[in-house]
Amino acid sequence: MQTAHSANEANYLTYKGKYKGLLGWIFSTDHKRIGLLYLYSILTMFSVGVLLGLAMKFELLAPGKTIMEAQTYNSAFTVHGVIMIFMVVIPGLPAVFGNIMLPIMIGAKDVAFPKLNLLSWWLYVLGVILVLAALMFGSGAPDTGWTFYAPYSFKSGTNLLPAVFGAFVLGFSSILTGLNFLVTIHRLRCPGMKWTKMPLFVWTLYGTAWIQLLATPVVGITLVLVALERMFGIGVFDPALGGDPVLYQHLFWIYSHPAVYVMILPAMGAISEIIPTFSQKQIFGYKAIIASTMAIAFVGYLVWGHHMFTAGMSGTAQYYFSLLTFIVAIPSAIKVFNWISTMYKGSINVQTPLYWAASFVFVFLIGGLSGLVLGALATDIYVHDTAFVVAHFHYIVFGGTGFAFFAAAHYWFPKIYGRMYDKGWANTGWLVFFIGFLALYTPMFYLGMMGMPRRYYDYLDEFHSGNILSTFGSWIMVTGLVIIVVNLVRSARKGEPAEMNPWHSKTLEWTVSSPPPVENFDELPVIAEDDGPYNYK
Amino acid sequence: MSEEKHHIVPYRVYIIVLLALLALTFASIGITSIELGEYTVAGALIFACIKSFLVLTYFMHLKYDKKYIRAMVVFVFVIFVVMIVITFLDYLYR
Amino acid sequence: MENNANGEHVHYDAEASKIGMWLFIFTELLLFGGLFLIYSVYRFKNPEAFHLAAEELNTSIGALNTVLLLISSMTIAMSTTTLLLKKKGATLGLLAITIIIGIVFLVNKYFEWGVKFDHGIWPGSEHLLNDFSQGEILFFGLYFVMTGLHALHIIIGLAIIVAAIIRIRKGTVHENRAALLENAGLYWHLVDLIWIFLFPLFYLIT
Repeated sequence: MQTAHSANEANYLTYKGKYKGLLGWIFSTDHKRIGLLYLYSILTMFSVGVLLGLAMKFELLAPGKTIMEAQTYNSAFTVHGVIMIFMVVIPGLPAVFGNIMLPIMIGAKDVAFPKLNLLSWWLYVLGVILVLAALMFGSGAPDTGWTFYAPYSFKSGTNLLPAVFGAFVLGFSSILTGLNFLVTIHRLRCPGMKWTKMPLFVWTLYGTAWIQLLATPVVGITLVLVALERMFGIGVFDPALGGDPVLYQHLFWIYSHPAVYVMILPAMGAISEIIPTFSQKQIFGYKAIIASTMAIAFVGYLVWGHHMFTAGMSGTAQYYFSLLTFIVAIPSAIKVFNWISTMYKGSINVQTPLYWAASFVFVFLIGGLSGLVLGALATDIYVHDTAFVVAHFHYIVFGGTGFAFFAAAHYWFPKIYGRMYDKGWANTGWLVFFIGFLALYTPMFYLGMMGMPRRYYDYLDEFHSGNILSTFGSWIMVTGLVIIVVNLVRSARKGEPAEMNPWHSKTLEWTVSSPPPVENFDELPVIAEDDGPYNYK
Repeated sequence: MSEEKHHIVPYRVYIIVLLALLALTFASIGITSIELGEYTVAGALIFACIKSFLVLTYFMHLKYDKKYIRAMVVFVFVIFVVMIVITFLDYLYR
Repeated sequence: MENNANGEHVHYDAEASKIGMWLFIFTELLLFGGLFLIYSVYRFKNPEAFHLAAEELNTSIGALNTVLLLISSMTIAMSTTTLLLKKKGATLGLLAITIIIGIVFLVNKYFEWGVKFDHGIWPGSEHLLNDFSQGEILFFGLYFVMTGLHALHIIIGLAIIVAAIIRIRKGTVHENRAALLENAGLYWHLVDLIWIFLFPLFYLIT
């Protein structure tokens, strides 16, 4: 046992295992190292996606061709979508902060299946390579949009097969992560950590994991069918052979709608950790947040058709999907009320994570309310496939998940690296980013309502001023991003050493040293019978 | 890890279940060879459901497992049925 | 919970493995669930054509394969009992029978597909596209995809059983650490479960 003991003295960043250097990371089964592997790979792909987004915005600076041809633009938004959805936002919070924090938060030494966890990351890398191969080799980058809609997805002459297989492999990686988290939460909670005492971030990861598990295989088989359709012409989605392309959309959204809850639920969980910490108060309505989390996960599974209001569904189905869509808004609103009530009469400690969390609530509110416009049948027909939709989902996916990701990054940074970032630069970065974000996406609401369609490299002159503002916004936002990332990278190496619990948080990850030791706990923590959630001694 | 308890299922149970499954298989072949029109599929599916219930309960040990695993299995089947019903809201009324 | 020299866990939690396997089975069920959903929609839209096309399939081979899979399900279920009763020889014997039956199933499937290919029926074949209605094309498309995917799962299941046999022989799977064998069994029953639905939907709707 002596070796194990000495291993426990080093923290997870510095310990020496079987392998040294880079190999010690890419073959490590330590959940915290795997989380960081995800962080670095996701940030890499994120920057590729951001560059593509910048290029698209530059193209839209003026009507007509600015820097790229129509076909290049089609590939740009396809690849931007595939990268951002499948490689950044879906794995984002669960695979990075879930991996690093989940076991510590429930008082475990690791996830239930550490090797499977490592396999998930390897599959992620394989998926990324496959999709990038589609870009660089063969007959041109895919141009179908990230949705791979039939029948164009098997008529398009571009190199779609590797992209589809890549998305399938990424889905498999996501399933394994979800499976691992579910078993971990069921089996590895420390003594006394009852279900009703788990931190809310863990609860949202639990709901997320179920969605990953039950929804991802549906898109998996759908993508396999698209691939088979391309290779053999089985006819399943080909209208020329009797197939129904609308059925493809059903199957695609049976996954991809719940997938937006995979993106947003852990984001809500992170916000539910941050707001009480910086309000120095107990979270308001702990059980209401749990109930609304599970309600969102469940009802979110049943509303996929609101992406298809103009696709030719039956009227009955449209009414049903519209009604349920409005019902999903209720649990989301419950959460917002809970966050605001938590801050009410709190002793608010204004720090960078709170700026991010507060702006999250703001943009999430706008994104959510604009979602109701799209969930209503009559207005959706008017704004469907316009810039309005693009603005809406960027407010939710980027404004929601993205802001929460940076909130979580600034919140857990001192725990992960054992160092504190420069708070002044962090706040500046947030402000610049926030202004850029609003300038980038808000004009698109207006442009969409005026009738500017999405996914075109060109537009009418009347949309020019809105697009100029939007493109300027993209430059400001990227400036903010650079400030944030440079500050964090610099601080990870040279920042001031951080205390064990700089924010006076209540959860278990703040009871271990920063950065955490290899096995998290020398002795498993025990939660006493009369301790409530966020009240462990 | 000595606390885990294994329920050892006697051979007899497995043999009885197998015989029941075989009987149901032949019954479903028999039933569907009769001309029942649109009820053929319904008949075949009812037999398949009974068979899968037997497999899940005895072969897959759900009868002897903790209750929450059973609850999960039921939940997954419910989700799947709901998924089909909702999709048919489209196809039935189109 | 103990640690080895690398700081990795060396713990054994049979219930965790079991839940893990069940959760994996759920994803497999929904993978096939997507296909069953497609099947039900197209059957609803083309009842006549599905009826006609199903006549092409050989019910006897389908029934034979059903019986085989059910028997193999029993043998692998029994092997858990024998392992827990510490009858290693009987366990290995039952697993061997399971594997043989699985291979026979695949051989049957091979001949069944072969007959279809001889008749010029395969996805995208000219005979299929020119001489059959759209509903029948869909039926055969789904038939090949679903039975093909099922056969792939049989192969995966066989691989897991082989892994269990090797571990039992090495002695790392025994009456106190039976999780691998139990999971191999669960997976094999999943394959059986899917076939229980595939069989009537493709062979018995004539």
